[in-house]
Amino acid sequence: MARHLFDGTGTLMRFVLRRDRLRLPLWLVSFAAISAIIALAFEGLYQNAAERQAVAETMRNPAMTAMVGPGYGLDNYTVGAMTAHEMLLMTAVVVGLMSILLVTRHTRTDEEDGRIEMVRSLPVGRLSNLLSILAVLTIANIILALLTAFSLTALGIESVDLEGSLVYGAALGATGMIFAGIAAVCAQLSPNARNTLGLSITILLLAYMIRAIGDVTNETLSWFSPLGWILRSEAYVNNYWWPILLTLAGSLLLMALALYLNSIRDLGSGFLPSRAGKERASRSLLSPVGLVFRLQRTGLIAWAIGLLLIGASYGSVLGDLETFFKDINLMQQMIAQVEGFSLTEQFIPVLMAVMGILGTIPVLMAILKLKTEEKNDRLEHILSRAVSRNQVMGSYLAMSFLTGFVMLTLAALGLGLVGNAMMEEQLSLGMFYGAAMAYLPAMLAMVGVAVLLLGWAPNLSGIVWLYLAFSFFVIYLGGLFQFPEWVGRLTPFGYVSEIPIEEMNYFNAVMLIVVAVILIAAGMAGFKRRDIGR
Amino acid sequence: MTVLRTVDLTKKFGDFAALDGVNIEVGEGEVYGFIGPNGAGKSTTLRILLGILKASEGHAEIFGKDAWKEAVEIHKRVAYVPGDINLWPNLTGGEVIDLFVKLRGGNNLDRRQELIRKFDLDPTKKCRTYSKGNRQKVALIAAFSSDVDLYILDEPTSGLDPLMERVFQEYVLDAKKQGKSILLSSHILSEVEKLCDKVAIIREGKIIETGTLKELRHLTGTILLVETREPIPNLEGLKGVSGIQQKGAALSFQVDASEVDHAIRYISQFGVTRIESSPPTLEELFMRHYEGTSKAVESGAGGES
Repeated sequence: MARHLFDGTGTLMRFVLRRDRLRLPLWLVSFAAISAIIALAFEGLYQNAAERQAVAETMRNPAMTAMVGPGYGLDNYTVGAMTAHEMLLMTAVVVGLMSILLVTRHTRTDEEDGRIEMVRSLPVGRLSNLLSILAVLTIANIILALLTAFSLTALGIESVDLEGSLVYGAALGATGMIFAGIAAVCAQLSPNARNTLGLSITILLLAYMIRAIGDVTNETLSWFSPLGWILRSEAYVNNYWWPILLTLAGSLLLMALALYLNSIRDLGSGFLPSRAGKERASRSLLSPVGLVFRLQRTGLIAWAIGLLLIGASYGSVLGDLETFFKDINLMQQMIAQVEGFSLTEQFIPVLMAVMGILGTIPVLMAILKLKTEEKNDRLEHILSRAVSRNQVMGSYLAMSFLTGFVMLTLAALGLGLVGNAMMEEQLSLGMFYGAAMAYLPAMLAMVGVAVLLLGWAPNLSGIVWLYLAFSFFVIYLGGLFQFPEWVGRLTPFGYVSEIPIEEMNYFNAVMLIVVAVILIAAGMAGFKRRDIGR
Repeated sequence: MTVLRTVDLTKKFGDFAALDGVNIEVGEGEVYGFIGPNGAGKSTTLRILLGILKASEGHAEIFGKDAWKEAVEIHKRVAYVPGDINLWPNLTGGEVIDLFVKLRGGNNLDRRQELIRKFDLDPTKKCRTYSKGNRQKVALIAAFSSDVDLYILDEPTSGLDPLMERVFQEYVLDAKKQGKSILLSSHILSEVEKLCDKVAIIREGKIIETGTLKELRHLTGTILLVETREPIPNLEGLKGVSGIQQKGAALSFQVDASEVDHAIRYISQFGVTRIESSPPTLEELFMRHYEGTSKAVESGAGGES
């Protein structure tokens, strides 16, 4: 009987909530908080309509349209319009990502690890698991919409009214819903969790790109992207509800499709065929370094594209920088004022610092992968063969150095090439490259910290992330909060030369490398003498 | 010639002593069974032998070299199959086998095809799709494709079906015939009985019994099955008799080696109609150490001296 398909859904929903009792609230509160903080920041940044109007002018640039969506209400650019226009798309992409991660986690990952099999052996309906996670996400997205709307309204900013806030919140919630639907369908199509995640995120990125191209060239194209739909809601200006209703209708259709597909497939199978893999290993895999590279190849490529895109999008605004900053006191506070350099040149070190620290994330991930391998008992396969511990650590080090080099190169290329295309006065590409490479010694020092932890306190190796977060805070916001100088000296990024407004300081760079070498040597000594295992 | 030896091997995790003075010795061409329940310290011992864990006290050597300091040299001639096998989900079984063989500096690649066929493994599948048994096959194929002098196998058959278990046993016996040594940790006792020349029983980090199966059996005594016309009074009071069980009309019990003569004389008074004797199985030996009353454990400890 059909109703038996859904037996136990309520219980499973409570189970999902129990498993995500921290994860889910954290996601939701962060979205509401970030939306509110940005609105407040805009309110503080731009004191009057004239300043906002100056920003509105830069928003007519096609590069900005591609990045944040078509401008609306630009003739009367209120704080509300500004927040919704500049923040909705970026926030919506992350909301979509949240839905994708949560749906994959509770569907395909659970299925792959055999947990769904356990649940299914109980008197529980065949579709209850999928329905329960979709129901939880529906509730979560409604809460997200309301929470965001009320936090924004509560700020009491004149142009941020209740209706506009509800439209803004609902647009985010609807995005969450439709990507929950997309991920749920992908979970039925793909043969495993990794493919589910890959397929869903590809669709998310495609949706962003199709909309970007469509918004700049031909608006019809944007109609093929759900992200294109929600941007038409124009919160705080026109407050259209129909794009949100359209998105919700689409979500419900996708969810129904996912439930149907789930009902006609076998547990553990998918509709897309899983390709047979290679029978023999290629020569490039057959060494410790080869293995390390192979395991991280996909991640490296993804981050490389990411850094290139970030560099390119920063580059796309370089042309408008002078107009953009002229009237903004706060931004001027953030960058050092140096005689003889244009505002653009002075802004480059700020951008490089952001990209340098961002690019350190994959570098640290590359070295900390060692810990994951150890925890999953896979390191012992390698160490029980004729491979020394130095060789193992050396392979991960090589991978992280390569990652750092690639990240900085691509960030510099993206920024330099697109920036020069946008600017009237060209800056030398070599300068961009040098400004980026100045961060390599600091990255190595961070790797040194990670290796030291891996060698002597492997369970505490996550601390290096806190150190990176601290570095970002100090470097990026240091100017704004007017920290004393020594605070900046607490992180390796504080010793990086700010090219082009400073000369390259080779002494500092060499000292950073020396520190990195010492930390790495100490870490390797620890790694050589400790037990391997959880 | 001794291939592998541990001397008073002790391993502490914090205050907990996982190993407490373990001594084992494996000779050339020997299959050495290492038995004990979960958590007794089998895997810890093997990991110390492989230089993955560092001994707190005592030392372990393989081919006369220190297992910790000269791990890489030793590993060129050792194949290891861990108990709990986790592989890289996005590599295929074939790729992992090649990698493992290559990392040892391996050579015997011709055997790879034969092993894949015999163990009936599809090497083109990603490891994420493999069951526990299939992951074990990957590790076993990689181990037996390598031309090494010592195999260290940690519960290698716990996920294999009986057919594959037999294939595994063939390869172990084959390796033995070629004069290789094998250290086999297991709790499948019939397998150990079939394959091993020597056995060590470990319990709570201590070796409580070690020797050839024959020696162990001798220490334990004989299992007698008797049917008599009259019931035997006060059998349990007889010296050296233990484990009395009624089996249909007959009685089964164990008699210490030194007391067999005495016991037979006593029983013969009651009109024996049927008598069978058999050596204790490894399972019976094992159970004597583990489940029995405190008395059984004491006599086990006594047997060691």
